[in-house]
Amino acid sequence: MACFLVVAGEAVVTTVVQKTVEKKEKQQGIKADNTSGISWGRKLGWLNKMLWGGTALLALEHVWHGEVVPWWPFLTAMENPDDIAPMLHEMATIGTAMAITVTAIWAVMVLIADAKFKSSARANNIGAGA
Amino acid sequence: MWLIMTLAAAVITTAVWYIKSPNDKYKLGFLSLMFWGASIMWLVDHVIAYLQEGGEFLEINQDATLLGISVIIFGLLVWEIVLLASDPKGVIKKALTK
Repeated sequence: MACFLVVAGEAVVTTVVQKTVEKKEKQQGIKADNTSGISWGRKLGWLNKMLWGGTALLALEHVWHGEVVPWWPFLTAMENPDDIAPMLHEMATIGTAMAITVTAIWAVMVLIADAKFKSSARANNIGAGA
Repeated sequence: MWLIMTLAAAVITTAVWYIKSPNDKYKLGFLSLMFWGASIMWLVDHVIAYLQEGGEFLEINQDATLLGISVIIFGLLVWEIVLLASDPKGVIKKALTK
């Protein structure tokens, strides 16, 4: 019905966070892939791409199924008072589960990327020292 | 069906991104992350719907296939707009300043 709106809401928040973090990192002179690790601005960029991309493609699916329309109130569930409660329930269950899953997978991605970065940096240091 | 098709698009674009890596001039990383985001979201949707309502896990019919194709075209369109807006080869800039 409107589950993708929960993910869109998270995307708005994480985009603001990314812009703020990037600004701070720029002031501190931290580059996107500096020697001390992958910057948080870059990592948050991965999350934002998944969240915004997923939101855009799911929005298309909702338009296809007639759940989103280009006129007010945009969500067909909002036109019938009986459909509002199920829509909110779907947003609270499926929408939240979607947002949590995407974020959890991104967190695993970040952990793996950091571990890979550290191991390659260590290998480079050993190579340079030998 | 659109879940399978989007998942296939995500796998293919990730493979192409990896082959072309570390050069990501054409923003293939963005394209693959977009398809992965949608695939994860639809997978969660399908799993919850299956657990709550039962029935078929995947909808396989002409309408679902057409939706899958439309989703991939829309994803490519979004990627192309972002690519043309950033203009990594400077093609548009050159054409405009001619």
